[in-house]
Amino acid sequence: MKSLAELQAIRDRMKNSVALREGTGDIRIVVGMATCGIAAGARPVLNTFVEEVEKQNLVGKATVTQTGCIGMCRFEPIVEVFEEGKDRVTYVKMDSEKAKRVVAEHIKGGRPVYEYTIGEAQK
Amino acid sequence: MKELSLNILDIAENSVKAGASLIEISITEKGNSRELVIQDDGCGMSKEMVETVTDPFTTSRTTRPVGMGIPLLKLAAEQTGGHIEIFSTQGADHGTRVYAQFFTDHIDCVPLGDLASTMVTLLQGNPGLDFSLVYDTEEGRKNLDTREMREILGEDVPLDSPSVLMWVAELIREPFDSEDTAE
Repeated sequence: MKSLAELQAIRDRMKNSVALREGTGDIRIVVGMATCGIAAGARPVLNTFVEEVEKQNLVGKATVTQTGCIGMCRFEPIVEVFEEGKDRVTYVKMDSEKAKRVVAEHIKGGRPVYEYTIGEAQK
Repeated sequence: MKELSLNILDIAENSVKAGASLIEISITEKGNSRELVIQDDGCGMSKEMVETVTDPFTTSRTTRPVGMGIPLLKLAAEQTGGHIEIFSTQGADHGTRVYAQFFTDHIDCVPLGDLASTMVTLLQGNPGLDFSLVYDTEEGRKNLDTREMREILGEDVPLDSPSVLMWVAELIREPFDSEDTAE
């Protein structure tokens, strides 16, 4: 049974580490969460990005945020990756497995996964 | 929408856009009836908007003139023999209340689905807002209130911290207290 006492324990554990975790977050991962995105499966994609960024220790490097309709509903779930000094990368028709690969190869490794991008989808 | 919890996420996102500071979600299951209420304290809607909001060609979005959120909730409710009601007036803090009733013994009733992921998604995207969830069934009751959580976490630990989000997901996913049924 989950209890508020456990939340207290989380607080005590994290209080000291929070300051260390606040990085500049040079990379922004933006997931479209309007009706079109949600209906197409954006919720598990978002949650996978949040989990993977945490698991791969990228919290200081990348932040995951949500946005509304990006305007290309037929390509949902859409994820945009913004990085200082680089072109925006737009990933389309995402799912959890693709999200894991994007975190490993693009966010961590610095190499965008071109086969999932909108440029490839439109070929 | 494959699950009601996706509709809930979608409708709650409307409350976020309406500038709400508190979004209250309640689900009450009794017999074959499932009632959903989503109540916010956002900017509300004009009378004309309330009247036309179930029309898919009414939307607040600017990318294209189609809005499927409320129409999809209406469809999900009506295909089980239920209905939806929307109460709202325009003005700061006037808020909107969306009520939907479903009949769970109807073959076209979508499952409630992954409510935990919906709450985690809402908290992750809006750590500055408050959410409450009351899920009341004949088996038991679940309660989540970010105001209560905030009191414990203080200012040092934000609501969107991964370990806090995991706690929320586990709280919602765990079975109901079995004190009555333990034999």
